[in-house]
Amino acid sequence: MKKVWLIAEREIAAYFKTWMGYIIVFAALLIDGLLFNSFAIGSKAKYSAEVLKDFFYFSSGIGMVAAIFLAMRLLAEEKQFGTITLFYTSPVTERQLIYGKFISALFVFLILQLLSIYLPALIFIEGKVSLGHLAAGYLGVTLLGSTVLAITLFGSAIAPNQLLASVIGASVTVILLLLWLVSSRVDEPFASIFSYISIHNKRFRPFSLGIVHLRDVVFYLTMIVFFLECSIRSLESRRLQG
Amino acid sequence: MIEVSGISKFYGQKKAVENLNFSINEGEIVGLLGLNGAGKSTILKVLGCFLLPSQGEAKVGAYSVTHDSHKVRQLIGYLPDRPPLYKEMTVEDYLVFVAKLKDTPTSLVSQYVGEAIEHTNLEDVRFRTLEQLSHGYQQRVGIAQAIVHKPKVLILDEPINGLDPIQIAEMRDLILSLKGRHTVILSSHILSEITKTCDRILVIDQGELVAQGTESELMGLGDGLMNIHLELSKGDESLVEAIRSIPGVQSLNQDGDENLMTIDITCSEDLRSHIASCVIQKGGGLLTLQKKEAELESLFFKLVNAES
Repeated sequence: MKKVWLIAEREIAAYFKTWMGYIIVFAALLIDGLLFNSFAIGSKAKYSAEVLKDFFYFSSGIGMVAAIFLAMRLLAEEKQFGTITLFYTSPVTERQLIYGKFISALFVFLILQLLSIYLPALIFIEGKVSLGHLAAGYLGVTLLGSTVLAITLFGSAIAPNQLLASVIGASVTVILLLLWLVSSRVDEPFASIFSYISIHNKRFRPFSLGIVHLRDVVFYLTMIVFFLECSIRSLESRRLQG
Repeated sequence: MIEVSGISKFYGQKKAVENLNFSINEGEIVGLLGLNGAGKSTILKVLGCFLLPSQGEAKVGAYSVTHDSHKVRQLIGYLPDRPPLYKEMTVEDYLVFVAKLKDTPTSLVSQYVGEAIEHTNLEDVRFRTLEQLSHGYQQRVGIAQAIVHKPKVLILDEPINGLDPIQIAEMRDLILSLKGRHTVILSSHILSEITKTCDRILVIDQGELVAQGTESELMGLGDGLMNIHLELSKGDESLVEAIRSIPGVQSLNQDGDENLMTIDITCSEDLRSHIASCVIQKGGGLLTLQKKEAELESLFFKLVNAES
């Protein structure tokens, strides 16, 4: 665990020493704020819960895009600059490397979520917000964002550069997003399978309404672990291939 | 310390190295010499646990690079052809990170980092970020990261790559200063440098080991003769005859006069110390006593089937 924290610590520092972290957080907060004012609050009267639901809906989208930008560099950049050699020739396991990298990106993602709290807090001025709804929404955004982080980290593990890593991350994410649409157009058992593995819609909507289903939490955690394990296997196999 | 038995590595159908066998003793500095693409880096990557061999077995210490790679990685320091540097970090922060990554006990990290910085003469740039450093300094940081945890084995891939002549001389001194503390295996395609730094040379061509030995052993693979160039500020016929009578001297050509005499000597073994003693005894003014590199160079080209 010590190595995981060591790797995560260096990576978190790198996000902010290279301005990458500031730029991603700033851009995400800016777009979040614009969407909140334009659509979530809007011009007509709404219930607070409805405003909050819309806020989490937009936040989930911005969170997914931010997650792709945060994770695309994690391993692809190491490969581009040759620093990956340091890990390959040190007493560090592939698992320690992948989890260290993932935790660093998750940390920056959580900072982004923390800084966005002022937006739903604005609802307190003229409305009433359930803290449970707030917590459930943020839990959903964080689980969805972490899933996209893990997907893009896998892209970063298999791609030779950051651009390709982001393309792989975005493509897999969009496919997993759109599967719920596809599920309504195919026969069983594919309809059930596609609907089950779709990462948004059915899975995320309960969170945005303030409802937490254990099955959805387990689903997201399973997806995260699955893609992290795929990344580990991908790194392990490079020793064979060269 | 290093034992390589029947190692082969293929990238798909393409052979990188084939059926290599060699061993390296503790404390030796051994050089892999070969043209670009000969397979030197592949051998070092296998020893550094970066790549798995397709066939055969390699051991570092008592550990197999295939089955005990984690233990091998604790024993080695590795400098790839491009130093693995995080440009946004300061030299000290970077070395602290590497030391921790390589299992240095927490209480010793600061001491080890200080020693690595001192050994590689990085005190002046200790708090500068790596992106601010020149190529020569970056290469030194590369060596520092390889030695910071005091590994038993050092693997250096083209350590003088891209350096200017002064930096090459500094790097040569640095590598020589590692002798005795570490077993070193390094690669280079520059013959003159590898002969200056290494106890033994392994000549690699198209993935195969075509010759190995000390410089004089390799010379024996050619015509077995060595050429020595001598310049004297004071010389006469009696001195020339004295040199000619040294056992092992095959032929001798002299030029110049008594005030500046040059003598080219062909001998069957390295007689430099005998010749120097003879010149001093006879009161000759010794200006230059130099072994000619051309023989080893032509032998190298012969071994790797290249045209000079």
